[in-house]
Amino acid sequence: MKQVFKRPESMTSKPFHFCPGCHHGIVHRLVAEALDHFSLREKTIGVASVGCSVFLYDYFAVDVIESPHGRAAAVAAGTKRVLNDRIVFTYQGDGDLAAIGTAEVIHAANRGDNITIIFVNNSIYGMTGGQMAPTTLLGQRSTTSPYGRDCDRDGYPIKMTEMLAELEGPSLVSRVAVNTPGNVKKARKVIRQAFQMQVEGKGFSFVEVLSTCPTNWGMTPQAANDRIAEEMIPYFPLGTLKQKDVVDVL
Amino acid sequence: MSSPKKVFTKGNEAIAMAAINAGCRYYFGYPITPQNEIPEYMAEHLPATGGEFLQAESEIASINMLIGAAATGVRVMTSSSGPGISLMQEGFSYFAGNELPAVVVNISRQGPGLGGINATQGDYFQSVKGGGHGDYKLIVLAPHTGQELYDLTIKAFELAEKYRILTLILGDAILGQIKEPIVPWIPEKTAGDPDRDWLITGAKGREPRLIKSLFLADGEMEKHCWHLQEKYERIERDDVMLEEVDTADADLIVVAFGSVARIVKSAISQAREAGLKVGLVRPITLFPFPRKRLFELGGRTKHFLVAEMNTGQMVEDVKLSLPGDCQVEFYGRPGGSVPTPEDLYSIVSENCEKLQA
Repeated sequence: MKQVFKRPESMTSKPFHFCPGCHHGIVHRLVAEALDHFSLREKTIGVASVGCSVFLYDYFAVDVIESPHGRAAAVAAGTKRVLNDRIVFTYQGDGDLAAIGTAEVIHAANRGDNITIIFVNNSIYGMTGGQMAPTTLLGQRSTTSPYGRDCDRDGYPIKMTEMLAELEGPSLVSRVAVNTPGNVKKARKVIRQAFQMQVEGKGFSFVEVLSTCPTNWGMTPQAANDRIAEEMIPYFPLGTLKQKDVVDVL
Repeated sequence: MSSPKKVFTKGNEAIAMAAINAGCRYYFGYPITPQNEIPEYMAEHLPATGGEFLQAESEIASINMLIGAAATGVRVMTSSSGPGISLMQEGFSYFAGNELPAVVVNISRQGPGLGGINATQGDYFQSVKGGGHGDYKLIVLAPHTGQELYDLTIKAFELAEKYRILTLILGDAILGQIKEPIVPWIPEKTAGDPDRDWLITGAKGREPRLIKSLFLADGEMEKHCWHLQEKYERIERDDVMLEEVDTADADLIVVAFGSVARIVKSAISQAREAGLKVGLVRPITLFPFPRKRLFELGGRTKHFLVAEMNTGQMVEDVKLSLPGDCQVEFYGRPGGSVPTPEDLYSIVSENCEKLQA
């Protein structure tokens, strides 16, 4: 009998600790599938960030360096400068990348550092218990915006993909979602393209993945999934904003 | 010792030259006075070695790039001055928790705040007492001449690798900017062992590896802290460095480090000529601090004078090291004021007069 589905070799067998309905598990798998696709597991170095994704090393069967909060892009840049024939990726949440780590990601992108960044945007601080993130939508309640995010006080949800796409350095800048089977397929393709950019030495690749946080949104998994389509995508539109020429491998 | 030929060079350049000769191949840094000759030298000379110089967007980025590079096992360095070192303290703590080796140079400047760029020793506490969060130590080396800047830079890479620790070289503008003849040399060992079992290189044909400092399970973090402490105790046992001048018969021992120790040397030779029995203890390692040797010396000599270019920092460690019946005086010049040999001679002779009276 032909096996049509299995756990990617780049993943360990450890069960995810993520909450029911959280999208991290799907995104982890898509990254692992991309590493498998190009047979990269044994030459890949992951950089874990601070937040729910810090346990990256429990789930990916690759070498991992744990980064200080927000500094993953700088850590990855240091590793890649030394081991430029290895594949280096970071996996960061919105608090990590779009608040405390804004400078590091912008300058890594601007230098065109040949690394891949997976940016998981769930519009909230997950691990610390649901505080307002730079990507929290206007009016969205969080433990530190209990009356809803107010643009006069808190500013606007930051659009990292649009900002980074303006720079010369990146090879690929894209936003995807994993809330429907169709979007998962599109996300799989874009994440694969992002790693292909790095394999081909084309420079900095960046994929923003819209994600749920049912626990801190106070929603059921289904309602959280629906919120992606109803509230997140309208403000954070999906699509590839920048892409250097690459041969389609799919 | 490959070449006995002397070169006339600035202290900052001596550090950079020594780093490259010690096998440092990657440098990440951000400009700040008075240490800019270090990144400039690295930018000019590292490419020819097959290594790379990268100017980071901040000292925070520099120290984190250093984490990423150090995890692969290559010899790496950054340098900065006070305010930039403050920004790096976060990374220092991660270096300690992650047990990664690297060398950081602080050609310090005045503070607090933006301060100024003259020579000062106000960063002693920051260097030896932590500065970042958590229970940790760095090895801190305090050179006092151009040649020592060169030699201790090489030593810094060796110690960093020996203990998987961040080694800090603490200098100041006098040391960084002064031009002196030095004899460059190349050590036998210019790279760490490529078979170290923690290097992050990609899990080819082996189990994946992890560099981390997060320990959430019950008791795990305590175990890690005690493991680090055991390492710091080994360092204190095996790698204390100090210089002593005329301590054997001294009635008064001056304790000073770095550039001020050099001025003290002039003052005490003047004192000896005047018949005053004055000696010097110059800690070369600020951590590990030479507390055992100070305790021994305090058995015979009961009067000590600590001279620093700050308002009194190392003096606390001297007091903690000496037997309780020793008397410790302090002479300090903070904020970029540098004492002359005459200033120090008169302080030394006043103290000697007090002893006789």
